[in-house]
This record gives sequence, structure tokens and C-alpha cells, in this order.
Amino acid sequence: MSAERATARPAAVGAGAVSTVSNWGYRLQRLPLHIVIIIFCVMWVVPTLGLIINSFRSVSDMASAGWWTVLFPPHGFTLASYQQVLAIEGVGSSIISSVLITIPATVIQLTIATMGAYAFAWMKFPGKDIFFIVIVGLMVVPIQMTLIPVLQLFKVLHLNGTIQAVWLAHSGYGLPFEVFLLRNYLGGLPREIFESAEMDGAGHSVRFLRIAVPMTVPAIASLTIFVFLGIWNDLLVALTFLGTSHYRPFTVVITGLVTSLGGGWQFLTAAAVLQMSLPLLVFIFLQRYFVRGITSGSVKG
Amino acid sequence: MDQDTLNQIITAAIAVVAVPAALLGYIYGGEWVIEHLPDGVQKWIRPYFWALPAVGFATVFMVYPMLRTIVFSFRNSADTEWMNGLSCNGQPCSIFQNYIYFFTFPDTLTSLRNSVLWLIFYTLFAVGLGLIIAILVDRVHYESLAKIAIFLPVPISAVAASIIWKFMFDYQPTGTTQTGTLNAVIGLVGHDPVAWLVNSTTNNAALIFVGIWTATGFCMVIISASLKSISSEVLEAARMDGANEFQIVRLIVTPLLWPTITVVGTTMIINALKTFDIVYVLTNGAYNTDVIATQMFRQLADAKYGRAAAVGVVLFVAIVPLMLVNIRRFQQQEEQR
Repeated sequence: MSAERATARPAAVGAGAVSTVSNWGYRLQRLPLHIVIIIFCVMWVVPTLGLIINSFRSVSDMASAGWWTVLFPPHGFTLASYQQVLAIEGVGSSIISSVLITIPATVIQLTIATMGAYAFAWMKFPGKDIFFIVIVGLMVVPIQMTLIPVLQLFKVLHLNGTIQAVWLAHSGYGLPFEVFLLRNYLGGLPREIFESAEMDGAGHSVRFLRIAVPMTVPAIASLTIFVFLGIWNDLLVALTFLGTSHYRPFTVVITGLVTSLGGGWQFLTAAAVLQMSLPLLVFIFLQRYFVRGITSGSVKG
Repeated sequence: MDQDTLNQIITAAIAVVAVPAALLGYIYGGEWVIEHLPDGVQKWIRPYFWALPAVGFATVFMVYPMLRTIVFSFRNSADTEWMNGLSCNGQPCSIFQNYIYFFTFPDTLTSLRNSVLWLIFYTLFAVGLGLIIAILVDRVHYESLAKIAIFLPVPISAVAASIIWKFMFDYQPTGTTQTGTLNAVIGLVGHDPVAWLVNSTTNNAALIFVGIWTATGFCMVIISASLKSISSEVLEAARMDGANEFQIVRLIVTPLLWPTITVVGTTMIINALKTFDIVYVLTNGAYNTDVIATQMFRQLADAKYGRAAAVGVVLFVAIVPLMLVNIRRFQQQEEQR
């Protein structure tokens, strides 16, 4: 998350001419600024940190003392919560299900979206503007508005409770936003390239596959991360279409355990850490793409 | 690994390869057919052929279900008859019975009230804090580190965030050791522990705060990107004229950021209305914390499709004005292209 512009403000600390005394005065004056920022940072980091620390403690420790006590000896770290959570029937397979839902769903919707976006960016046809305005509108439609009929559709197709149903549902729900974003990106590519390709006799399939797709890779990369994590973190779609199925993803299984365990739920810390480790790793290592995906998606509801 | 899982892995692997391959086949095959058509037909049919997969998906999974949901909302639970005549347990009732239920039943009214609370406080605080933090960190040299800290909850799923906060809100009776961070902190100043998620004066605020915690980083990043595009000369000139930092933020920075703030605000309002995960995981609507989306899901799970559809329509109608704002903004952007 690097600053695009140097953050140097006028009267920045360390200006050579400033005397030591006024420098200290300046620093003192800025002290409240630093304190406020640090308070916010602590409030935003400590909850996650506390959970991660707790996940390495035993359940009895968690129930008898707060996570901060472990900072002092005896530490008593243990992997017991992880062993316990992975030993629960269905937890291990739900992690596999999450992967099996997320990867194909991402691939399916992005390939279809890229093709549709190309049509909206570089082809002329009657009704195009209307179609696209509908797509802009669909981006914010709450999926609650669609759940029941889609559920019935899957029932007719005998897809209820299958992973394939969730691939299709996610793809349908994700498409409007992806078409919108990719169309804007594709539409911003230089017209001359497409025109000269057309002069050379390249058909749309060549222009799409050889020019449009390679030039859109940066946008597709950011979008892939965004979409992938959206599906990995999804609860509502999976809960609706896979509620009691054998293929419930990790989020649904964790949620089920939270409500069913009542007391002794503390070892779920390990499950939560496992669930969020993938998004956090992606964020840390692919920060630039991740933030770009988020900012470009700012109009998505 | 059992046979079933293995089958699923193979199916998934096939799908990952086959779907793009099928689309390639669609493109090449379709283009081949189109090229053999008369010129006039070619020109006419080609764009629709290219737009078809995306538009088709959107139609099947969004447009058609939306229309169907509207129809459902006027029918009974089992979708066997219209809500009129004698379909309400043999009692005469109105075609709007599912809506009347939503706007008169105490439980659903509570969920409506809570969604309004979410709408106001979640939006206000997420955008407000995002703006404040973006402006503050712009003035320190450890900006990127501070932004990472605030952004950290954004990639985390609402399910994991809920478990994180289940610990923060953990409550033990007065006199025993507090294991929840918040109760330990207020214990330091001698306050009795609070059952944050059960106590009806704190639980909605607590849930909304979890939402704010997950969304502030998002608002901050977008507002910050826009803040960086404000020319430093403008700010410089204001400082020369003797404006202090507060005046600069209030009179120059905030107005210049206003378009971005409205975009982020719209997104947050929509998120607030659609809030589901946090409430579902932390309380599942117990102790008067229900929101529209959890209410709808409960009706759905009870197979009360008519009522669930009506809740869905109410949610949609609430979002329509924002949808129109988005469309208007899109049209303005198009005019500038």
C-alpha cells in the first residue's frame, strides 16, 4: 500500500534551518496525531492478533485467562486446537470443498465475463446501451432477491446440494460486476490497435484472443484475486445451496460449529485462523493487485 | 481421501480446463458458422453471439429470478396459490398478505429497525473513520504501515471476523477472571463486565461495530487514493494564505473528496442493507439483533417462500434508489469518455 505521492508536507521534520528547540516544539505539537493513529492501529490489529495467539493455546487456558497472559512465562503454546479442529468429522473435507468450489467458479465466471466484456467494448449492436445499463443495475441487486427461484431451478435440474450448483450460482452473481469492470478496461485500450488488426483481416476471434485478452491480463489478475477471495469467504450462497450437503465449504462448517458447540467453542480459533490464513497470505504477498482489485471494485455492492 | 472427494477433485479439474476450452470452441465454431452467413446477417448476429454467454448467465441467475421472486411474494408458502380468497389458513386475506406480515409482525419489525440502525451507523462510521484515518496517515512517514494495519480486516471473511469478535466480546460473570479483551479492559477501570452480545442495549452496537471494523480499511484505501490525487499546490496555496490544518481539511480536502465519499457511501449503504454473515454467526438474530437479510434467510430455511420473497423484495426496493444513482453516475462517466 505504497503512497503514490511523496507524503512530505511543508515544514517537514528535519528541515536544516529549523532549530532544535522549535523542532521539539513541532514534534510535541504532532504528538496527538501519532497517538490517535496508533490507537486506531492497535484497535484494528489487536482483535486478529488475539485470535491468532489464542489459537495456539489449550482450551482450558483460553477458558481461564485472556490471551494476553500468554505473553508472560510460562507461555504454554500448543497445537492442540488445530489437532482438535481437524479431527472433527467434516472439517478436513470442507477445506477441500472450499478449494473445489472456489477455483472452478472463479475460472468459469472470468472466462465468460471477459468474452462478454469484449462484445460490449468493441462491438456495435442495437440495444447494447440498454443491456449494459441493466448490467450496471444488476451489480447492486441483493442476491436474496434471487435465491428462491434459483433454488427451485437447481431442484428441477437435480443440482441441489452439488458443487456444480454453487459454481453456476457464483458465476451468475459475479458476472455483472466483472463484465462492467472488464468492459471499462477493454474499452480504454487504444482503438488504433483493433482497427489496424481489422485492416489486416483479423476476425473478432483473433482480435479477442491475440490482442484484447493479453492486454487485459493486469485487470484480469486483480479481478481474479478479488473474485477468488469473495467466493472463498462467502457464506450466504454456500449456506443456501449446500446447507446440509456433504460438500459444505469451510465457512459453512465453521458457522455450524459456532452455533452447535455452545460451550467449549474456543478451539474454533484454530478453524478461524485456518480459514483466514489464505486471504491474509494473498493480501500480504499480492498487496498491489489486491488493493487495485478493491479500489477498482469500489462501485460494487 | 474417499472416492467421493476424489471424484469431486477430478470434476473440478475438468471444469477448470473444459470451461475455457468450451468457450474457445464456442468462439471458433460460432465464428466459422457466422462467416458462412450472408454479410447482412453476419453483421447483425455476431455481437449477440459474443454477448450471449454473459447475458445468458445474468438472465438465468439474476433477471429471471428477480421477476420470479416478485411473483412469489404474492403467493403462499408452497407456491400453490395466490394470496387471496381463502389461502390464509382458510381465512380471507389480501394479495399483499406477505408484505402485511412483514410490516406488522413484531419480529420482522425489529429486523427492519435494526437494518435502519445498520444503515445509519455502519455507513456513517465506516466512511467517517475511513476519511479521518486517510487524512491522518497522509501526514506521517509510516503511512503505508498504518494503512496495512487498518486494512488487515478487509481480506478476512465475515465468518472469521465474527469468531475474532466472539473472543473480544467474551463475557464471564462478575468476580471471575475476564477472558474477553473488552471486558478485561473495562475491568481495569473498575467497570462490571458487560454481556455485549446478549444485553439488548449493547448487542446491536456491538454487531455494527464488527461491521465497521471490517469495512473501515476498504473506505480508507479508496478515499486515500483519491486524496493522493489532490494537487499539493492547492494545499500549499491555502497554507500560504494562513489556513490551519483543520480549515484545510474542512474547506478544501473534504469538498474535493466528496465525489469519492458518495461512491464509498453508496457502497456502504448497500452493504449495510445486505448485512448477513456477522449477525448470522454471532447471534443468529437472537436477543433482538435480527436484520432483514437474516430474517429472510430464516423464512427461506422454514420453506416459507412467499414471506421470504416479500422480504427479498423489500430489500430490493430499498436498494433501487442507490441503483438509480449508480446508473446515473455511469451515464455521466460515459458522456465524458
